[in-house]
Amino acid sequence: MKKISTPYLLLLPGFAFLLTFFVFPIVSLAQVSTATPVSGGDIDDFEQTFRFRNYLEAFLDSREHFGRSIIYALLATLIALLISYPLAYALAFKSGKYKNVLLVLVVAPFFTSFLLRTVAWKQILGEEGFVVPPLRALGLISESTTLTSTAGAVILGMAYNFLPFMTLPLYASIDRIDPRTLEASGDLYANGFTTFRKVTLPLSMPGVVAGTLLTFIPAAGDYVNAELLGGPNNTMIGNVIQSRFLIPDYPTTSALSFMLMAAILIIVVVYIRKAGTDEVV
Amino acid sequence: MSDSANSARGDLKLTSVTKSYGDFTAVDDLSLTIPEGSFFALLGPSGCGKTTTLRMVAGLEEPTVGSIHLGSTDITYTKPYQRPINTVFQNYALFPHLTIFENIAFGLRRRGIKDVDESVNKVLNLVELPHLAQRKPTQLSGGQQQRIALARAIVNRPALLLLDEPLGALDLKLRRQMQIELKWIQKEVGLTFVHVTHDQEEAMTMADTIAVMNEGKIEQMGSPADLYDNPKTAFVANFLGQSNLIKGSLVGTDGDSLVADLFGQKISLPRSRSHAADASIYAGIRPEKFRISLLQTPTSGNVLSGGKIEDVSYIGVSTQYQVMMPWGQELMVFEQNDDGVAPFRIGDPVNISWEPIFTFALRGDEDAEAGTEVVPEDLDEE
Repeated sequence: MKKISTPYLLLLPGFAFLLTFFVFPIVSLAQVSTATPVSGGDIDDFEQTFRFRNYLEAFLDSREHFGRSIIYALLATLIALLISYPLAYALAFKSGKYKNVLLVLVVAPFFTSFLLRTVAWKQILGEEGFVVPPLRALGLISESTTLTSTAGAVILGMAYNFLPFMTLPLYASIDRIDPRTLEASGDLYANGFTTFRKVTLPLSMPGVVAGTLLTFIPAAGDYVNAELLGGPNNTMIGNVIQSRFLIPDYPTTSALSFMLMAAILIIVVVYIRKAGTDEVV
Repeated sequence: MSDSANSARGDLKLTSVTKSYGDFTAVDDLSLTIPEGSFFALLGPSGCGKTTTLRMVAGLEEPTVGSIHLGSTDITYTKPYQRPINTVFQNYALFPHLTIFENIAFGLRRRGIKDVDESVNKVLNLVELPHLAQRKPTQLSGGQQQRIALARAIVNRPALLLLDEPLGALDLKLRRQMQIELKWIQKEVGLTFVHVTHDQEEAMTMADTIAVMNEGKIEQMGSPADLYDNPKTAFVANFLGQSNLIKGSLVGTDGDSLVADLFGQKISLPRSRSHAADASIYAGIRPEKFRISLLQTPTSGNVLSGGKIEDVSYIGVSTQYQVMMPWGQELMVFEQNDDGVAPFRIGDPVNISWEPIFTFALRGDEDAEAGTEVVPEDLDEE
């Protein structure tokens, strides 16, 4: 009797945590999302009226931001993947005795706050930074061109900020590949590129899937990069949620949050199905 | 894929091949010819350079000095994928993400062969595992993986098949069975097999020719019987089976025989089996060539008298005796138990005798212990 109940007892703290910090907030969010302001009440008084039209209105108002969020997040994920794959490959196979030092360097940005690092990029890419004036002096960019307040700055900012989330899972799965399978591939008439395509890449797919998800999901909901590195034309859904929250317009905020969650969930499920690695995620 | 390297056929020839890693010389000025169609074994202890030699032939390492030819084609610096050479790796190195069928078809597909079904099924039948075609490697036992690794290599019908300790991970019984099968498959497909192993019994069972390697050099090369009966160095005498090496000196000749003095007792040995440089020798006799007799029993051939049985180990088919000789050396004697029981007891005074033809002579300045202290190596050699 006691033996059977032990595992459940061990699960209890986890369940309690999930219940308090996940289930209750979600239920509360769902309730607020269909509420309406109390007429004649305070600015932050809302009552439950089951007004599902909140969703439609919220969506119609911020379609553009939704689309931008998904596209920016996809591009940031792609860039992070293209940077991280060679990096993770080199870490796993070519770094020799420096492997641990280099791994610490990959994680090193986490020693500073996410916000501060993004502010630092704002400084670096800003008008007075050390990038823009030399480029202007060389005539590579015009006087009116800026590097901040652009889509590129936002996307690259996200790619930079989420890079370790891409690199570490990729490293973990590439590091598990037996180098002798790569030798076997060469032995069986595959040149370097074919070996990569037919052996290395398929064997590292679990890392690719995990890394892209860990980058895409936070990037799609991010608002810090758009806030600090973007301009008025680069606002993402996260920024809309934040600004509505401060009004406060809790029903719209909640509805947008739910829709973002649903959109990400659908994309992730479709992606995992396509990537064919259900067993690893 | 019709470039010259890939279609090369013929004998494999290594000429003065040296491979150094910094100060360490793994393979030292090695020259070797392996005839087309033979089953050749590179035998040696851990770190003797045999795997490095194999990797240079496969193209996974480049020699520091020297050249490698296949037939008349120089393949010294040819990429692995451009060589008509396939390898059965020590840990099999099957592709975990592909089915057994696709693992075997890998090499064929890379060479642009579209219709692989017939070849793959044929080789699956050869290794007697056609029912596993759609499994993944992790679902197979070690012995099955070993056969698939072999199938994946021979399906390409390479000019040369390299086997890197292919049976090392199998248990003893399965290993013995696979040795026989490998030998049969080699005859069946008629390819040149180069087999790297540290297991002398494995090399002797399978190979037509064995090269015994030690410290980056070939100590001796020949047929298994030749190496066993007529070793040229103490290392070969001790590494291939066991030997009794007795210090002595050559004192005369008698026709085709040489006469040696071993601690005051005269024996004779064939001139063709003497590898001594001068009069100082080690006389070598394999333990199973000795016969033990009680003092009063008449003996013929070479006789060493004054022994005393020190230890008796009964191991079923034979009995192993340790016989203490008057000069303080323990000799090992294996006697067949054809009479059912071990006839001698500890403490019995005995003579040991043997046919002169079974004697070999090594240089007297050799280390008589060379090759005896070789510890069983772990699998991840070099």
